[in-house]
Amino acid sequence: MKVKTPSKLEKVLAAGHVAVTSECGPPRGSDPEVIIKKANLIKDHVDAINITDNQTSVTRMCSLAACIRLKLMGLEPVLQMVTRDRNRIALQSDILGAASFDIYNILCLSGDHQSFGDCPTGQNVHDIDSMQLIQTVRHMRDEHKFLGGADIERPPEMFVGAAANPFADPFEIRVPRLAKKIAAGVEFIQTQCIYDLDKFELWMKMAGDRGLTEKVSIFAGMTPFKSAGMARYMKNRVPGIEVPDEMIKRMADTPKEKQAEEGIKICIESIERLKEVEGVRGFHVMAIEWEEIVPEIVEKSGLYPRPSVE
Amino acid sequence: MIVADKKPIEEIIEEIKGHEKILILGCNECVTVCEAGGKKEVGILASALRMYFLNQGREVKIDEETLERQCDHEYLEEIRDVMDQYDAVVSLACGVGVQFMAEKYHTTPIYPGVNTCFLGATEKRGLWTERCQACGQCILARTGGICPVSRCAKRILNGPCGGSDHGKCEINKEIDCAWQLIIDRLKALNSLDDYEQLSPLKDWSTDRAGGPRKVVREDVQE
Ligand code: SF4
Ligand code: SF4
Repeated sequence: MKVKTPSKLEKVLAAGHVAVTSECGPPRGSDPEVIIKKANLIKDHVDAINITDNQTSVTRMCSLAACIRLKLMGLEPVLQMVTRDRNRIALQSDILGAASFDIYNILCLSGDHQSFGDCPTGQNVHDIDSMQLIQTVRHMRDEHKFLGGADIERPPEMFVGAAANPFADPFEIRVPRLAKKIAAGVEFIQTQCIYDLDKFELWMKMAGDRGLTEKVSIFAGMTPFKSAGMARYMKNRVPGIEVPDEMIKRMADTPKEKQAEEGIKICIESIERLKEVEGVRGFHVMAIEWEEIVPEIVEKSGLYPRPSVE
Repeated sequence: MIVADKKPIEEIIEEIKGHEKILILGCNECVTVCEAGGKKEVGILASALRMYFLNQGREVKIDEETLERQCDHEYLEEIRDVMDQYDAVVSLACGVGVQFMAEKYHTTPIYPGVNTCFLGATEKRGLWTERCQACGQCILARTGGICPVSRCAKRILNGPCGGSDHGKCEINKEIDCAWQLIIDRLKALNSLDDYEQLSPLKDWSTDRAGGPRKVVREDVQE
């Protein structure tokens, strides 16, 4: 497979490896050590690290600065960018800023509504949506042009990603929505956390039947449960996440002090199973504020060592 | 129509307490339909204010009037003769009416008596919901007749976002997800295939973003 950008992530995929990504949330402060520490915990076990963009609308250090920090450490960042907080001028400008530091991956998102965060009385922007952000990055990269039509000197070279939720409502557009993102120009997809493996496999099959899994690299999203409480919370409180009852029961039946271990075990078993699914090209391991567990999961699911690519 | 809601009386009192001769001015249009600023509400507010000032031991003249419309020169002229009897007006019209009053009666303080909320419809008595944000470039033809600009919490033109849950919006279980409604309607119209057409970046220059807007129609000007 020919690559279109200098992205290491793209190269790993093009070489036919199962890729691994993870993510770090920037701190609610300006201490760079927080990012450095989190990144050091996982850097040898992943191909690239997503940096979230004011996730759940809580104000944090900006994603771009944290990505630059990773770059300075010699690591491969994935710049997450939401359309909630910036208009098309700011988005294009930040893309160029990222490109000036040779950040080669971007994840285009709409972002949670600001009412969830620490500034619920603020405005949102939503000048463009996540599909249109995908189109924008592709336009800048491939046509070497701004949205306004002028030429870009030294255009961004970015591998373009987006999120997808195989369990999202409404049911009938789960696959069409993926098709639409692909038509917009997306090259890799990181999915929402998967617990209902049967349903995910069905989604993959439906996408495969439409030829979509050949056109995009799909990363299965994996988040280990730390406790039975977390499993229940994910099921009941987080929109768009489905957790089968057997899995909740398995966590609940485990003694409290062993629950984290059980959660990791479930995560590893899931990866083992999904590795075999046609079209799954990688895993996005999101261990929220539990980064130290990522190496163990990656190693035990046979995804270590990570390949080196040139 | 324009939907407005009542302003807390404390807030109104705070604004007008320094005045002695006050006109409460209603409007017979939208704010009457949404029961926030019609003749009935003018009466209720006027009585409450009279009561308040009486309890304060103050003599304040509170009069009532309701015009056919406050967003029209012709009707606003109807009170020109009596305006010099008042040192303040509380207008229960929408923000348009309040401003039109202020423009016309340049030296009299005009206070808003309602909060102007949105362009919407009466679902049932006591329940009004938003339908349009007057973006100036209507796209309803492409979205099954349901407006994502006003009804999607993120104005997403290629929705839904990942937060759509059992037909409801991520921000509140009481609010329908606009994109669920759009998809249901496209299905009913047998045109779900249209869903896969990418909606291009919107030209927001006709929206609020473009600055104060004007509609000029020379063909109907006199
Ligand atoms: S698309 Fe614009 S004009 Fe049409 S209903 Fe929505 S906000 Fe109003
Ligand atoms: S849940 Fe639906 S209405 Fe709410 S922001 Fe997402 S797409 Fe828009």
